[in-house]
Amino acid sequence: MNIANILARKGSMAVTVRPEQSIRDALALLDRHNIGALIAVEGDRPVGILSERDIVREAAHNEKFFARLVADLMTRDVITGQPHDDLPSVAHTMTERRIRHLPVVDQGRLIGMVSIGDVVKAQRDHYQGEVDTLQTQLLAGEGGRAV
Amino acid sequence: MTPVPGTPERPLRVAIIGAGPTGFYTADHLLRNARVVEVDLFDRLPTPYGLVRLGVAPDHQKIKFVTNVFDKVAANPRFRFYGGVEFGKDVTLADLKAHYHQIVYCTGAQTDRRMGIPGEDLSGSHPATEFVAWYNGHPDYRDCTFDLTQERVAVVGVGNVAVDVVRILCRTPEELATTDIADYALEALRKSRVKEVYLLGRRGPAQAAFTNPEVKELGELADADVSARPEEVELDPLSRAAVERSQDRATQKKVEILKEYARRQPTGKSRRLTLRFMVSPVELIGDGGGGVAALRLVRNELSATSTGALQPRATDHFENLPVGLVFRSVGYRGVPLPGVPFNESWGVILNEKGRVLDSDTKQPIVGEYAAGWIKRGPTGVIGTNKPDAAETVDCMFEDLALGAVLEPAHPEAAAAEALVRQRQPSYFSYADWLKLDAIEVERGRAQGRPRVKLTSIDEMLAALGR
Repeated sequence: MNIANILARKGSMAVTVRPEQSIRDALALLDRHNIGALIAVEGDRPVGILSERDIVREAAHNEKFFARLVADLMTRDVITGQPHDDLPSVAHTMTERRIRHLPVVDQGRLIGMVSIGDVVKAQRDHYQGEVDTLQTQLLAGEGGRAV
Repeated sequence: MTPVPGTPERPLRVAIIGAGPTGFYTADHLLRNARVVEVDLFDRLPTPYGLVRLGVAPDHQKIKFVTNVFDKVAANPRFRFYGGVEFGKDVTLADLKAHYHQIVYCTGAQTDRRMGIPGEDLSGSHPATEFVAWYNGHPDYRDCTFDLTQERVAVVGVGNVAVDVVRILCRTPEELATTDIADYALEALRKSRVKEVYLLGRRGPAQAAFTNPEVKELGELADADVSARPEEVELDPLSRAAVERSQDRATQKKVEILKEYARRQPTGKSRRLTLRFMVSPVELIGDGGGGVAALRLVRNELSATSTGALQPRATDHFENLPVGLVFRSVGYRGVPLPGVPFNESWGVILNEKGRVLDSDTKQPIVGEYAAGWIKRGPTGVIGTNKPDAAETVDCMFEDLALGAVLEPAHPEAAAAEALVRQRQPSYFSYADWLKLDAIEVERGRAQGRPRVKLTSIDEMLAALGR
């Protein structure tokens, strides 16, 4: 299983914001789409990622954080995924580097985003499916009757 | 406001397109719900089970036991099967919208990806799935021909389809004769002159998709020696680091098995299977008469993407592998259905968690859903489609609770049956299938085989006395 299999059932594109937009705009987007991170783009090239945690960190010591710009708070050193990256590698990297959102690019162009939740769910379904298949074969092999 | 359907007086009527594992798992989840649901399962073929009947290899009968689960679903009085009825041809989307509250597409990934290299259309080059459908008795593929007078064959890919194909090519007629392989395929393979079979992987042994039981089986073939090149099964530094870091015991074991194959000496068996890694075909070289003479391969090296996934990168080392027959198994894609939004990038129906989305607005279309490979792409084992189908069915009941269902003019089982009877008078019911199943099993008993398949629709009609 790879990133493409996750994006295939997500339908919509990643929600993006421009670096020169305000944190107020960004919060409205996070709320409207009920998500935890936005990808900052110039054209269709990702240049940063802004997570709810970035905003919390600023809000903790700056009453006027609403007016700040996405560019000020976003993380610029973004790790991106590619459609054919396999899930075990992606899960490993996201866990080790504490990344909760991974923008997906194809030839430099943003095509979507996967969250750690997406990855965990895909892996869980994968293992569940394997267990179910093995159980069915074992039970059937033991007396010809399946559950 | 009329109450939402799902009561004994007003059952929720659902049409499922495609009677493979996902179609049955979807039906199962729907029928287990507390609401009263009636499911009509359509398939363009007369027989149910999809790839369990027509994809799973004939020498892997145990995997087919899952059909017991499907038969239990079909025994529910609120379930009906309409076999031999094709969506978009015999019944249209408009027909279904007039008869059902919800429609679920479970049509799988019906076409293969091309390699996109010169010579791919030479006469000795085929999609592996055509060969698989042929030896499994798929009515649409029974007349395919493959030049089994060739002594040297390459299979491109290391997924389970590729492994099935090399195994069937390497089995003896005696090994195959105890399976439910199609009779005509058994006859053709009896005359096979294939001696050298190559399985070609573009990455290394640690990235190969085949499972350990599958690779072990290749080392236990009755009359084929297995081999590998020592330098190709030795892990590159990136793969070694990845395997050690993840402490992935299964992959470590896989590499050990392959290293053992690389140490094996030929024992004089009449066929030889060679597992190759880190090579990609770049061209099929013709023999001047329209056939294949060789496969030109480039040697790959691996590089890590930013997530640490290892991808192949071509080097400038090339070789020619003389082969007369090539099967490609480099991925699969769904086929668009008439009137249903499609996501070209991934080869799936445009969807979110199984809700079909409008191409323009990207908003859910009321009453239309997708599950299985046509929803997420071709990945996972048969059972993976169970949680996948459950996710789609959860969305269906959420939408139902909000009243977001179709409003069919004729939501009665009898009306749907009348429609099918009018459009496809010779459709096959589940009772018909159970009769065919018994006939096939009976035909097999005499020969000590699980079944002898009926492989054409005429044969099936005749067997039913129609």
